[in-house]
Amino acid sequence: MRGGEALIKSLKDQGVDVVFGYPGGQVLPLYDMIYDSDLRHILVRHEQCAAHAADGYARASGKVGVCIATSGPGATNLVTGIATAYMDSSPIVAIAGQVPSWLIGNDAFQEVDTIGMTMPITKHNFQPLLAAEIPETVKSSFYIAGTGRPGPVVIDLTKDVQEHELEFEENIKIDLPGYKPTWKGHPLQIKKAASLIQSAKRPVILAGGGVISSGSSEELLKLAEIIESPVTTTLLGKGSFPEDHELALGMLGMHGRRPANFAVDDCDCLIAVGCRFSDRTTGKVDEFAKNAKIIHIDIDPAEIGKNVDVDIPIVGDARIILSNLIKAISKSRVRANEEWVNNLKKFKMSTVPRTSFDDVPLKPQQVIKEIMEAVDEDTIMTTDVGQNQMWMAHYFLSKKPRTFLSSGGLGTMGFGFPAAMGAKVAMPENDVVAVCGDGGFLMVSQDLATIKEYDIPVVVCVLDNRYLGMVAQWQNLFYEKRLSHTHLGEVPDFVKLAEAFGVNAERVERPGEMRETLQNAINSGEPTLIDVIIDPEEILPMVPPGRGLTEMVGEYKVEAMEGVIYPEEDERSGN
Amino acid sequence: MRGQVIKMNEQRTHIISALVLHKPGVLQRVAGLFTRRGFNIESITVGTSEQKGIARMTILAKGDKKILEQITKQLNKIIEVIKVRDLEFENTVKRELCLIKVYSPTEKVRSEVIQYVNIFRGRIIDVSPETLTVEITGESDKIDALIDLVKAFGIKEIARTGPTAMSRGIKTI
Repeated sequence: MRGGEALIKSLKDQGVDVVFGYPGGQVLPLYDMIYDSDLRHILVRHEQCAAHAADGYARASGKVGVCIATSGPGATNLVTGIATAYMDSSPIVAIAGQVPSWLIGNDAFQEVDTIGMTMPITKHNFQPLLAAEIPETVKSSFYIAGTGRPGPVVIDLTKDVQEHELEFEENIKIDLPGYKPTWKGHPLQIKKAASLIQSAKRPVILAGGGVISSGSSEELLKLAEIIESPVTTTLLGKGSFPEDHELALGMLGMHGRRPANFAVDDCDCLIAVGCRFSDRTTGKVDEFAKNAKIIHIDIDPAEIGKNVDVDIPIVGDARIILSNLIKAISKSRVRANEEWVNNLKKFKMSTVPRTSFDDVPLKPQQVIKEIMEAVDEDTIMTTDVGQNQMWMAHYFLSKKPRTFLSSGGLGTMGFGFPAAMGAKVAMPENDVVAVCGDGGFLMVSQDLATIKEYDIPVVVCVLDNRYLGMVAQWQNLFYEKRLSHTHLGEVPDFVKLAEAFGVNAERVERPGEMRETLQNAINSGEPTLIDVIIDPEEILPMVPPGRGLTEMVGEYKVEAMEGVIYPEEDERSGN
Repeated sequence: MRGQVIKMNEQRTHIISALVLHKPGVLQRVAGLFTRRGFNIESITVGTSEQKGIARMTILAKGDKKILEQITKQLNKIIEVIKVRDLEFENTVKRELCLIKVYSPTEKVRSEVIQYVNIFRGRIIDVSPETLTVEITGESDKIDALIDLVKAFGIKEIARTGPTAMSRGIKTI
């Protein structure tokens, strides 16, 4: 067996059913062997999309996503996608070709130091020097990528190693003496956390992406209901807790929902699960949850105390820890937090964001409202980065884990569309809808060819305001409205662009049209682009960088509800 | 610093000893981590250990308690790092090797240099008509002191290894 064949066999042994890739000179031997294999390969139109698609595949399914590119420019084009996966702890294995080993270091054609380049953006990377090392390398890569805190792993494969013969050893054992993730939380810490929770009068749960990757949504819901604690999430935590639940506060942070930001500011006990307290989530760190004792559950010990000082750290798998925590709490009586919860519920009702608008051009809130009406709770939503992402995060209610995919940490424009492609390939039974901005979509629009050629029926909604909206928003707020290079001009015509690729396209301009157009697109079972013309003036209230979470600027438009008394701008959540 | 309370924000030099897989790239991973996370590194030494295939790294890094905690945790996350320990400064033996090439064109200078070197328990390891090369081992401040003394004669070259270290007594990392 040759190295490339061993790679393919090893991938299949790991349960890989599809890879996203783009061939080139230094992976010719591997691709020649893929030609003979039954490994499903999806030819993307840019390596960055291969990495994002593998990432979307992983986030939607929980399985490790795989992408392949050639050496040099192929590998550098993967880099953005790998870094995106790294920042959001998404398990992918990226395979890059490399010049033959005897040419390494000679600045050979299409040579780049992939190992050095990807070191800071991977959980680990490998360069097998012998074909015989391939089976163990692949097995280790999948183990590292998919366990503990998930993350990307790169395999740098020289051309000669792909061709060399080896004896394939079945059931090879991997030996990683320096990699021993902690699963079970420390019982004493869990006990301490339980008693803190029992004595808390104003608890809040903050759920992050770790709840989703550990599959602990059920435990989270149970805990929240037992202790009657409101739940807020980070951006990556969206979907970890049903946002239509009466205890759900919505997303926290710079563009968070008002009740979430105020509840965290007021709470006396913050139970943070699988999150890393990013600056976009906490606002000014010194003021973050300043009245609270913080319990931090995370599988990565390095996240404990990194950004925020915590009182009770518990390192381990969130699912195991939460179920043990529930047991510890259930044994004794939980004090009621009735007043706190009722006040928050009232506050929540009085700050339901307004989403109904008759305006033309369309308000994004109205568009998202109609999107929500058109999709079901199993529909996988992806977003791009910028205003489209924050509008979706703020207004769209996610109900199930792995149905809201977004580039959080790296904030990678161009993520939404290829991630949707990967998600659809992973979960063909689920509808997949990408909500992008016009700027981000244009960075990856060439992959309309991929969804057409492979008939991957995702629906791409381009929120089209001809601006790099989020940058323009900051320029408006903090740079004296000097809109330096954020207007995108009048081209392209997105409908014609899609049609050039043979992809169905519709334009939506008026209230009421989005719902039907999206429903039709989903029902058509064909890839579709919807160009949604929206109001470039609309912004989302935000917490300016370096401020506390309650210091929001911008008008927070709320839905008029019957029987609800509206608090003054500066009124706090009941206390 | 046994028995002493270390303040959270007290900046001091820490000696970190780490066992790592002896593989290409591991030094780059460790060094890269320090740059990327903005940790201050004073010196780093690597060499084989008592176990086959495993190297020992000694890192001197400056920072407060919180930073040190981050450094050790982040180091532990590197797959090829097996064990990390922040050694107790006072309870650790530290040694550094230094080579100094001193400009010594006259008999008088040479004999003065040799006298100093003897006092510091160093050795002359190379002699040329115009230079003496001195080898000295010890804690870093002892080496600093000798360098200060011979500076007046003119130093042509200095090569220091940076300290390597080990806990006193039976304790291992």
